[in-house]
Amino acid sequence: MVVAVVGCGAVGSLFAANLATLDDVEVWAYDLARAHVDAINRDGLRLTGAGEVTGRVRATSDAEELPPCDFGIVATKAMHTDGAIAATAHAFADGCVATVQNGIGNEEVLARHVERVIRGTTFPAGKIVAPGVVQWDVKGDTTLGPYEERPAPFEEVERLADACTRGGMPTTAVHDARGPQWRKVIFNAATNPLGALTGLTHGRVCEQPALRRLASQLVDEGTAVAQAQGIVLDADPEELIDYAARREVAYDHKASMLQDVEARRQTEVDYLNGGIAGFGRRLGVPTPTHETIQALVKGVEASW
Amino acid sequence: MARVCVAGAGVIGSLFAAHLARVAEVSALTRREEHAAALREHGLSVSGRAGFTARLDASVRPEELPAPELVIVACKTTDLDAVGSLLAGHWPEATVMTVQNGIGADEVIGRHGDWRALAAVTFMSGTRHDDTHVQYVLDTATWIGPARGTTVDDAEHVAELLRSAGLAAEAFPDLRPAQWSKLIFNATVNTVSALTGLPHDRHFAELERPSDLGHLVRGLMDEGKAVAAAAGVELGEDPWEMNVLATQRGSAHYPSMLEDVEAHRRTEIDWITGALVREARRVGVPVPLHETMERLVKAKEDSWS
Repeated sequence: MVVAVVGCGAVGSLFAANLATLDDVEVWAYDLARAHVDAINRDGLRLTGAGEVTGRVRATSDAEELPPCDFGIVATKAMHTDGAIAATAHAFADGCVATVQNGIGNEEVLARHVERVIRGTTFPAGKIVAPGVVQWDVKGDTTLGPYEERPAPFEEVERLADACTRGGMPTTAVHDARGPQWRKVIFNAATNPLGALTGLTHGRVCEQPALRRLASQLVDEGTAVAQAQGIVLDADPEELIDYAARREVAYDHKASMLQDVEARRQTEVDYLNGGIAGFGRRLGVPTPTHETIQALVKGVEASW
Repeated sequence: MARVCVAGAGVIGSLFAAHLARVAEVSALTRREEHAAALREHGLSVSGRAGFTARLDASVRPEELPAPELVIVACKTTDLDAVGSLLAGHWPEATVMTVQNGIGADEVIGRHGDWRALAAVTFMSGTRHDDTHVQYVLDTATWIGPARGTTVDDAEHVAELLRSAGLAAEAFPDLRPAQWSKLIFNATVNTVSALTGLPHDRHFAELERPSDLGHLVRGLMDEGKAVAAAAGVELGEDPWEMNVLATQRGSAHYPSMLEDVEAHRRTEIDWITGALVREARRVGVPVPLHETMERLVKAKEDSWS
């Protein structure tokens, strides 16, 4: 089985390195960061922290080098989905492509370029500490399911989930993956931008009663938008927020969006709060708080 | 010659004090001893729209200053109580004029003494370079109205004094329409600017895409207008039109709350958005957007404390 990871940042690297430990899987990584690609080809792709893994991965910045693949795993930042899949789609002419990205709307973008799409949500997290080396911060589960509009065959979803699980990334194949995806999107949209706008870590956001209530307001609006689509959340995002606020979990964690704002990088707000607000508009569900937050974060980006 | 004391010599206080010193006997009541000393020694220089240096008296203690007929309280809203208690027991014959953002400044001062009171809103702006140098940027008007124990004639009298000093000023029988227009404008522009880091520029009037900032700005202003209507106040200028006009002029004004946030100072959120939210509760109008902004700005203050 041949798998190409498209966008080999922190999360993409977790999948690539773990899958590369399997004898029956050939792993490719497509990424535009030249130093990272060169280091992977020279020394392998190394994970440290929650797990010590070195995977033999063939990395490239030239999409033409990718062979025909059974699976693609797209792990770029959400705003780079379109460019990345447009460049690599030829490699998946007979394969299936899964997204493990943040936000909603990535499947729609993939479906404009490839035939068989897999909806995915993943919780593991990490960060690139040096070219070819990724710090694995948090282990966690991944859920995959066929994307309704352009579904991959369920057996194929199961085949990819099985490979990920055997490789050390516990993954479940389900028929409807929207519940886990919306739970994570709502969690991210209710917490990341509050950190980004105030400069507070996740734990400190949750300590302030007024701010914590604002997070709940965002959760409620997001849940209403999910319900209007008949999506049943697999768990309460509020529990996830409180769990993550524990000292031993992510109290001191700066949300990725706060990291982006501090580094003056474009954020994923359009795919988080903007994604929820967009669905809300189409479904006639009001999301004034998500719209407010999105406008403010876009304003922050415009101030650079 | 009229005797005027300006309490609080920040940007606005300095602009009042320097201009008035050309036509009146002016003193400045400052918070810091060295500020008073610098003013006594060097005077107060104005650059920008005017260029001159004014001589004036200054102290941190009211008892060291000549009793004025008019006190202009120009400190930040966060210092109102401190200035009020400093003035307590002094100058019972004086009229006190507050010029702070928001509403209710005259009431805070009134808790410290029963001076006759005028309320004002000022639209002029400047940049403070140091203790004795202020740059005059926007020469827009100060609007004055009666507050307690005063009439529109008293307001007109002070407006006339300001005009003779080279400042734009106008008296109104009821200041609330102007105060409310400015409060709504300020509560919106200051908080959006403080949270985004954007000066008040064209982004604030953009309405093209659903995520454009203009929608939020208009939503905040609509909430404010609903509160004013429920409070029985007919607005002066429309805040949204003020916003569009200001951003079309091409200038990118730095609202004071953005300056506060960048300097990691406490902001005037309790006095601006807080005043609007309190008034909204009183009249029973929901203002969820302003509440969101208030929470975020307060949380941002917490991030550096």
